[in-house]
Amino acid sequence: MSLKISKAPYEERVQDGVENDFMRQAVASAQGRFRSGREHQAEELGNWEDWRTLGEEIRTHTLENIDYYLQELSENVSKRGGNVFFAKDAEEANRYIQRVVKQKNAKKVVKSKSMVSEEIGLNDALEEIGADVVESDLGEWILQLDEDPPSHIVTPALHKNKEQVRETFAAKRGYTKSDQPEELALFAREQLRQEFLAADVGITGCNFAVAESGAVTFVTNEGNARMVTSLPDTQISVMGMERIVPTWEELDVLVSLLTRAAVGQKLTSYITSITGTRLEGETDGPEEYHLVIIDNGRSKILGTEFQSALHCIRCAACINVCPVYRHVGGHAYGSIYPGPIGAVLTPLLGGYEEHEELPYASSLCGACTEVCPVKIPLHEQLIRHRQIMVEEKGMAPRSEKMAMKGFAKWASNPAAYKMSTKMARTAMKPWSKEETISNGPGPLKGWTAHREFPAPAKQSFRAWFKDRQKGGASS
Amino acid sequence: MTIHNREAFLDRLAGELGRPRRTEGVQRPTWSVKPQEEVLAGLPQEKLVSVLHNHCAVIHTDFRRTTKEQLQRVLQETLEGYQATSIVASSDERNVTYGLDQFYRKLKANGSEVHLWDEIQEEENKTFAERADVGITFSDVTLAESGTVVLFNNKYNGRLISLLPKSYIAIIPKETIVPRMTQATKQIHEANQRGDAVSSCVSFVTGPSNSADIEMNLIVGVHGPINVTYIVVD
Repeated sequence: MSLKISKAPYEERVQDGVENDFMRQAVASAQGRFRSGREHQAEELGNWEDWRTLGEEIRTHTLENIDYYLQELSENVSKRGGNVFFAKDAEEANRYIQRVVKQKNAKKVVKSKSMVSEEIGLNDALEEIGADVVESDLGEWILQLDEDPPSHIVTPALHKNKEQVRETFAAKRGYTKSDQPEELALFAREQLRQEFLAADVGITGCNFAVAESGAVTFVTNEGNARMVTSLPDTQISVMGMERIVPTWEELDVLVSLLTRAAVGQKLTSYITSITGTRLEGETDGPEEYHLVIIDNGRSKILGTEFQSALHCIRCAACINVCPVYRHVGGHAYGSIYPGPIGAVLTPLLGGYEEHEELPYASSLCGACTEVCPVKIPLHEQLIRHRQIMVEEKGMAPRSEKMAMKGFAKWASNPAAYKMSTKMARTAMKPWSKEETISNGPGPLKGWTAHREFPAPAKQSFRAWFKDRQKGGASS
Repeated sequence: MTIHNREAFLDRLAGELGRPRRTEGVQRPTWSVKPQEEVLAGLPQEKLVSVLHNHCAVIHTDFRRTTKEQLQRVLQETLEGYQATSIVASSDERNVTYGLDQFYRKLKANGSEVHLWDEIQEEENKTFAERADVGITFSDVTLAESGTVVLFNNKYNGRLISLLPKSYIAIIPKETIVPRMTQATKQIHEANQRGDAVSSCVSFVTGPSNSADIEMNLIVGVHGPINVTYIVVD
């Protein structure tokens, strides 16, 4: 996998989403639950706006001094026995991790959920060198068995129902029990426990690194990140370069914002901070530790008007309130990062050319901006994307471009204009019923699939105006 | 240990930010608001215990409260409730002051298997924890607001004790209870500034493990413990 998760055209992806009734219902109900959880937590605190202000201040300061804090972090990880690798892009990161895994002669690699590792296509890179990679987050494991990309950054298998999960377990792992979620989870527990115990290398993402001490923190509910960091002898953490806080005091604030905004929990079941290798006398935790810090297009966003998009703490609150996501689901975005933040971030990381539709996958209602725990002005950034694409890149949406090109030719030729306004009514006759068109041809189809379009009037405006000046019929 | 590619990487970031590289002198600003310090501020310890107690229902955790004198009895009842016959526990220095060393000896005498975490038995620590019914540790700091026990894992209190067994019991000395995560991270921050090494693993544990990955149904007990009991000791 990589940033881009589908080669299908945007319209097709959207159509697939809209037609998937189970997925739409699952998304709608998940959105409702996430949303009320977050609102409940915000209400209970009573001063949620202060928390957001603090979150924004911390992220702003940290990103403005990111070179300083990354240096401090790397010094501290190194002091505690860890290796630090700064990777400019996906290829550099994958090559380094491949090298570590090869050196260890590792057969089995067990992973906890990490969006950045999906972004760089790490699993493919590891399989390339013959390593057996096991995703250990329940949702990610289901998707891995099914070779399906995630559709949500917190609950990645949101688009699957329990019957599908049962079928996957049965087909891929010989599961014979019911589709009760508890039984399914128990099966996963037993299967994955063996994987944890057998793994040579553990790979995690990173929610927040703490510069002052070199700690790397994971926020989970299942406990898989604890397994991954406690059992294998070698451990690799992969972090997007912006996932850092100055000290433990800011870690408190951002973790509190993350768990509340993401799932409406005061804290998740496990917040785990590991620092370098195990200390003398300790019998669990890694003997060898690597922290891989990844740029992969992020630095180009620094110093631009989009810098605050790097403040994102991946809580998915914006996804959980987005009316567009509600209808099309995560896969329609074609990016590992869906929803409003995905629509902002993906074109910045992967280029406008590859993701030109995403800034338009928004109704600009602003609900995302309102809930963001670190106050990223998401819908305003989407508008700026559109502006930049049209004004600087000459990239109006394709249908609009075609229409405008035709219009320009036609409107600049008075004879053609006059003739076509006269002919429109006749030309559209086969599709017109009374004064409306409900099943239009060609470019009209997209409109008339959902609502009616007025048939061309009997008389053109010019003709009507001429008549009126002559004192003729006024309607 | 080695640091690869750092200078070019950080120079590039400074370049994109349009200023020279910053290698020193960066100070955290004074934040305009500090809402985290207001949560449960100034509450008496007794009140914090009740906040913790109430939150245990939300996090699917059993709550018991007792005294040092009665701790052995409450532990015994809890173990019976879990039908536990194999126990892995930290070799915490508080085992003596809370009478647990004696308790564990008694358990062994009565036929239970007890393994105290031991820095020279790496393989045994792991294999025993993997098959143990219950893991027992002390809480180092306890967060009332979220119902969290904070463990500073070390060679006496391995990471796996609170992770691999089916059930987990945290013994919470009442004086370890603070309002929220803010006080715990402040303590770690200050220790770090004094030059004390931060634990190789700090575990914030809030109830049993769980997942909502299948149709958003809450499933309690995925990779970590399925049952958790907190015992607050006065």
